[in-house]
Amino acid sequence: MKPRFSLATREALWAFAFLAIPLLFFLFIRIYPAFQALWLSLFEWNADPAKRQYVGLEHYSRMLADPTLGRALRNTALYTFIGVPLQIALGLAIALLLQSVTRLRDLFRAIYFTPYITPAVAVAWVFSWMLSPNFGIVNEILGLFGIPAQKFLSSPSQALLTVTAIVVWQNLGFQIVLFLAGLESIPRTYYEAARIDGADGWAMFRYITLPLLNPVTVFSAVIGTIGFLQLFTQVVNLNFTDQGGPVNSTLTIALYIYQLAFKSFNLGYAAAVTVLLFGIILVITLVQLRILSRRVEY
Amino acid sequence: MKRLIAAALLVLGLASAQQITITYWQYDFKSKVDTINELIQQFQAQNPNIKVVQQTFPYDAYQQKVASAVSAGQGPDVVNLYYGWIPTWVKAGYLQPLPEDAFSTKSMDADFIPMVQAAKVGGKYYGVPTAVRSLALFYNKDLFKAAGINTPPRTWEEFYAAGKKLTVKQGDRYTQIGYGISPDGQDHNVVREVLLRQAGGRPYSDDNKKVLYNSPEGLKAFRTYTDWVKKYDIGVPSFFPGNNGYRDGFIAGKIGMIIDGSFAIGTIKNGAKFNWGVAELPIDRLGARKANFGSFWLHGLSPQATGAKRDAAIKFLQFITSAETEKVWLDKVGELPARRAVLKDPKLATDPVYGPFVISLSYARATPFVDETAQRTVMVNAINRVLLENADPDASLKQAAAEDQKILDQFWK
Repeated sequence: MKPRFSLATREALWAFAFLAIPLLFFLFIRIYPAFQALWLSLFEWNADPAKRQYVGLEHYSRMLADPTLGRALRNTALYTFIGVPLQIALGLAIALLLQSVTRLRDLFRAIYFTPYITPAVAVAWVFSWMLSPNFGIVNEILGLFGIPAQKFLSSPSQALLTVTAIVVWQNLGFQIVLFLAGLESIPRTYYEAARIDGADGWAMFRYITLPLLNPVTVFSAVIGTIGFLQLFTQVVNLNFTDQGGPVNSTLTIALYIYQLAFKSFNLGYAAAVTVLLFGIILVITLVQLRILSRRVEY
Repeated sequence: MKRLIAAALLVLGLASAQQITITYWQYDFKSKVDTINELIQQFQAQNPNIKVVQQTFPYDAYQQKVASAVSAGQGPDVVNLYYGWIPTWVKAGYLQPLPEDAFSTKSMDADFIPMVQAAKVGGKYYGVPTAVRSLALFYNKDLFKAAGINTPPRTWEEFYAAGKKLTVKQGDRYTQIGYGISPDGQDHNVVREVLLRQAGGRPYSDDNKKVLYNSPEGLKAFRTYTDWVKKYDIGVPSFFPGNNGYRDGFIAGKIGMIIDGSFAIGTIKNGAKFNWGVAELPIDRLGARKANFGSFWLHGLSPQATGAKRDAAIKFLQFITSAETEKVWLDKVGELPARRAVLKDPKLATDPVYGPFVISLSYARATPFVDETAQRTVMVNAINRVLLENADPDASLKQAAAEDQKILDQFWK
C-alpha cells in the first residue's frame, strides 16, 4: 500500500507535532496572559471576577498625571542607555584580552563568569557592605587617596549609577562568554591575509573583528536592553527597606508595576503600566534589529 | 456481625463527610509559625471534625501570593495581614467582614485596646489581632555608662544631650552614633504619629479623607525630626549597612539609642552582647503630652471561606484570638496581648523590657492608612529629601502632603 503522505511531508508533520508542544506552552503560559493584561488594564480590579468594573481607558489617562511613573521611566531609560553600552564595551574588551591569554584561560573565564551565577540577593548584600559610607572597604580605599567618603547607594544622585555598575559587573561574565564564542568563530585566515597585506592591529579589529562580531553584538544589545528595561531584583535588594529609593532615585518600571500590583493591590492600573512596558520593549527591539543587523559577507 | 460492620462504615462515612479542612496563611517567621502549629494541634483536639492546614511564604512574596491565589479561587480561608493593608485588600475584594454574631462590633470595641479599631472599614471589623505592638527607646546601658549618662532620656532635650555624647567621628566618617536615624525603619511613624501628636497636631482627618500634617504643628514635628541630623548631628542616615541597619548597628554596639517596635525585642535579646534597656519615648518636657505609634497584624476571613468552611474558619479565628491564646502568644512569640483584660496583668507593666511598651499602648494610636506602602514611601521620601538632598523642610513636607492627598483621593474616588 502506498503511504498517504510522502516521506518529506511525514517528516514535516512530525516536526510540527514536536514544535506544537512548546508552541502551546508559549501560547497559554506566555502570550495568552500578555493579552489578558491588556484586557485587565481596562478594569478596576477585584478578586471576584463579577465585581470587576469596566473603566475604559481611565488607567491610561491616569498614567499621564503620574510623576512617579515618569520618574520610573526616566530611571529605566538611564539604566539602559548607560548599562547596555558599558556592558558590551567592557565585555568585548575583556573577551579580546582573554583571547590573547594562552595560559590558564579557562580559569580566567570561570572567574569572570562567577558573578553571573551568584544569586542577586547575595551580591546585593555584599555590595551594600562594601559600599557603606562608614564601614565599607571601598571608602576605606578612597580614603587612602585622600578622597572623601562617598554615599553611593544612600545618595539620590549616586544610587542609580552604583546600581548600574553592580548590574553590569554581574552581567559581564555572560557577555564575555558570548564574545569569546563569537571571536572563536571568526576564521583565522582573514587575519593572516590581512597581516600579509600589512594591516595593523587596529585595522584588523576595525575591519574584521568588529563587523564579523556583529551578530553577537546585536544579540547582546537586544538581550541586554530587555534585561535593563525589566530591571527588578537588584534594585529591590540593594535597598530592601526603601525599594526604589532613596527618593525614588533607583525606581524602575518593573518595580513600580510590582508595587502597584502587589503592595497596593491596584492590579488594573499595574496592568496598564505593564502594557506600556510591553510596548516600549517591542518598539525598541524592532528598532534595534532594524538598525544593528546588517549582514556582513566576505 | 454484618450489621455491625455496616454501622461502623456508616459512622466512618459520616465522620469523613463532616471533616472540614480550612487553610491558614501567614508569612514565614519561625516563632509565629511554630506557635500556630501548636495552637492548631489544640484546636483540632477540641474540634475533631475540623482540620487546619497552615501555609507560609517568605515575607516579600506574601502579598503577591495572596493577590494571585484568592483571585484564582484558591488560597487561604483565614489570612494574616498587617493592619495597614486592610483598606486596599477590602477594596480589591480580598476580605469579608467579620460576622456580627461571632464578633460583634460592640464587644470588639470593648474587649480590645482602642487602636484595634483601625481594623474597621465603614464601621465593620475586617479582622481580629492576637497581638499588638508599640514603639519605645532602646538604649545601650554600657555606652551610656561610658559616656557618663546615668538614666535614659525623658525629654527630647535630654535625648539630644545624650545623643551628642554618644556620637563619635573620625574625620568625616562616623564610628559611633547617638541615635540610629532610619527614615525607612520606624522614624516615618515617629514623625507622623509621635512628634506630630506631641506637638498637638494630627496626621489625618477623622473621616480619613484629608491630610492634616501640612500645618504649623506638622512643620514643627517635621523640623524637629530632621534637626536630629541637621542641627544636633546625633546620627547619620545609612550609618550601618544592611536591611534594618539601625537595629543591626545597635546590636553591634555602635549605636547608643534606637526607636523600635516591641517586635524587635526578640532579635535584640538574641543578638546584643551588652547591657541594654528600654524606656518610654521622650516628650517635650516633663508632664507634656505623650504619643506613640501602635500597629498590629491581624487575622481576616478571605472570600474563599463560605458555608461550612466559613463556620469552621470563624471557630478557628475565635480560638487564635482568645485571651488564653494571647497569653501563649506573649510567652512563645513575645508579642503583647491585644485584649484589655490580658494587658491588665500587673506583671506586664512592671516588666523592665515589656513595661515601657505596655504603658505606651494605653496612649498609642495606629495611623489610619488607606495604602500603607504608598503613604510610607511619601513620608520616607519627604525626610530623605531634607536629609540627603538638602531640600527645605517646609517645602518637602508640603510636597509630601500633596502626594499623600492624591493617594487618599484616588482611594476614596
